[in-house]
Amino acid sequence: MNFEWRWDFTWQILPRLLEATLTTMAAAAIGYSVALLGGLIFALGQRTPSRVITFIVREIVEFIRSTPLVLQIFFIYFVGPQFGIRMSPWHAGMLALGVHYSAYLSEVYRGGLDAVPKGQWEAALALNLSTTSTYTRIILPQALPPALAGMGNYLVGILKDTPLLSVIGVAELMHTANSIGAANYRYLEPYTIVGLIFLLISLPLAGLTRLFEMWVRRKLGMK
Amino acid sequence: MSFWNFLEIYWPRLLSGTIVTIEVFLLASGLAIAIAIAAGLMRLSTNPAVRWTSLIYIEALRGTSLIVQLYWIYFVLPLFGLTLDKFNAGFIAVGMNLGAYGAELVRGAIQAVPKGQWEAAYALSMSPAKRMWRIIFPQAFVIMLPPWGNLLIELLKYSALVSLIGVTDLMFQTKQINSSTFLSVQAFGAALIIYYVLARLLLTPGLRWVETKMQRQLQRN
Amino acid sequence: MEETAGYPLVLDGPDVPMVRFVNVTKCYGSLTVLDNLNLDISEGEMVSVIGPSGSGKTTVLRMLMTLETINGGVIYVDGKPLTHMERRGELVPADARYLRMMRAKIGMCFQHFNLFPHMTALQNCMEGPVHVLGLSKVAARERAEQLLSMVGMIEKKDQHPARLSGGQQQRVAIARALAMRPKVLLFDEVTSALDPEVIGEVTNVIRKLVAEHNLTMLMVTHQMGFARDISDRVCFFFGGKIEEQGRPQALFGNPQRDRTRLFLSAIKEAG
Repeated sequence: MNFEWRWDFTWQILPRLLEATLTTMAAAAIGYSVALLGGLIFALGQRTPSRVITFIVREIVEFIRSTPLVLQIFFIYFVGPQFGIRMSPWHAGMLALGVHYSAYLSEVYRGGLDAVPKGQWEAALALNLSTTSTYTRIILPQALPPALAGMGNYLVGILKDTPLLSVIGVAELMHTANSIGAANYRYLEPYTIVGLIFLLISLPLAGLTRLFEMWVRRKLGMK
Repeated sequence: MSFWNFLEIYWPRLLSGTIVTIEVFLLASGLAIAIAIAAGLMRLSTNPAVRWTSLIYIEALRGTSLIVQLYWIYFVLPLFGLTLDKFNAGFIAVGMNLGAYGAELVRGAIQAVPKGQWEAAYALSMSPAKRMWRIIFPQAFVIMLPPWGNLLIELLKYSALVSLIGVTDLMFQTKQINSSTFLSVQAFGAALIIYYVLARLLLTPGLRWVETKMQRQLQRN
Repeated sequence: MEETAGYPLVLDGPDVPMVRFVNVTKCYGSLTVLDNLNLDISEGEMVSVIGPSGSGKTTVLRMLMTLETINGGVIYVDGKPLTHMERRGELVPADARYLRMMRAKIGMCFQHFNLFPHMTALQNCMEGPVHVLGLSKVAARERAEQLLSMVGMIEKKDQHPARLSGGQQQRVAIARALAMRPKVLLFDEVTSALDPEVIGEVTNVIRKLVAEHNLTMLMVTHQMGFARDISDRVCFFFGGKIEEQGRPQALFGNPQRDRTRLFLSAIKEAG
């Protein structure tokens, strides 16, 4: 029984795992950035005057939210080249993560936008504010605070979904742990350390997002 | 190869994969629901030991990736003497992970039942068990149904990960077909459509039906 | 929209009204809310609009503020069409840019104030001047402070709406609308959401406006006494049409139409 934890092995593999952690965090950050913008596009796309566009965007969002991320990752990675778009695993992974979480964030944005009272839109129109000003100065500042909790949850969520990128060969934490495990026939230390690293990142991250939410509320609510 | 030709040839494998996916889904859901109820109730216990145990379980499972937990259960647990075959490791991992999220839903729903209900049951001298079973839980149940609907869809989606340890579900079959034929659009496209059908056209309406039925039950009682 | 042939492209000549509704119709699906409305409002006139709910009175205001589109007819403001614009000698439905240009002449105060909650009273009043009229922050601040003084809210200029009572918020809303220097100011039941004891604050501000400014005003209200006191003219709406209109003493004192009489006596009973 190899229950025994080998500390020498642990120190040996730790540097590689820490390096992979940076890749993991970069992947989450980039994917989330894409999602922040993509989510806004999806959300606004469901508020156009054109019923056709609204319907199409809605269905696309529903489709993305109802199907597995891992499948979408495979799809983007394998289907791209067939249409002449060559993508590295990294790019395919970022795109898949970004698009998937855009769909989630769009729902959060929509909730925030819907929460802004109709009277605010009317007051902005009565003052003859431009559409851009209405959105940036009046509506979005009010839509943001209720949306922040959901946005924070998805930031933590996207971090925990980065291991899915290992299936197309992105060298993040999971992939690295797999390699180490396969090469040394020892999985106990790599997988356990990876689990702990995720725990050590995600718990403080969840706390930080909550603090950020309170800070934004304070800044916008009483600005 | 056109999409229809593709389906004509490969439908048996897609079907068998879908059946396995559904099996994993049902077993994992059952486990998740059971764990969620247990952990959710424990979270509200007055006994600190009980409360902390469930808190640690919930935070640990929610704080780490399902895929890490899956690999850990399949590859590392044997070292502790507990060897599970792929299928069991798969649905157990998914069930345990989503059960942790479900526990928070259960806890939230129970706390959302109006205080007056607790007080009324107390005034009728109901035992705590009876109070929970007959008064609180039925109401909490209706409250938690919509978010549970979303959670079960997440469960269906995450069940695809069991393919990574070799369970021959829909995801696994699709990958195999892709590896051998490189008909990526057809293979992954078919899988996307099947998952979509399962989630939006079967699961969501099914849950809505349960929700209306429970609403009616509650009003009758 | 129906044909607009035959409608003038511009109103000119002497005595051009500030606001003119010509055969204006508004439908929601099969429900006709306004039925061939014709109404003139002269410059500087204060017109009160009264009537039961569903009579179309709020719709009149909302269409003038371009919050709603019209289904028939034309509305003119300050001699030019509001809902339509000229193209090659004909009137066509106004595009967004034209609407924005015309909309600048009209301001509105709402029943529920609709102040921007994330801005102070002062910032609310500066928002339009800075971001629409292009005033410098300094000029906008000066104008805002002057208006807030006029409505008696200068001491609370740095408070957020959440800290203000309903009457205070409505006064700030009036200052905010005035900051845009509109030619026409609309009041949509501005006291209906207020506690009785603060209604006076708001009506006093409106009195002041009527006395000291030559603003054209259109007011939907349930405050009959107030309407009687300050209006130049009162319009009683019923079923999407003007049932009766006239000087307040005439309409309130000696209503000619049965429906008017019924409405006024019902209001009196309600106290």
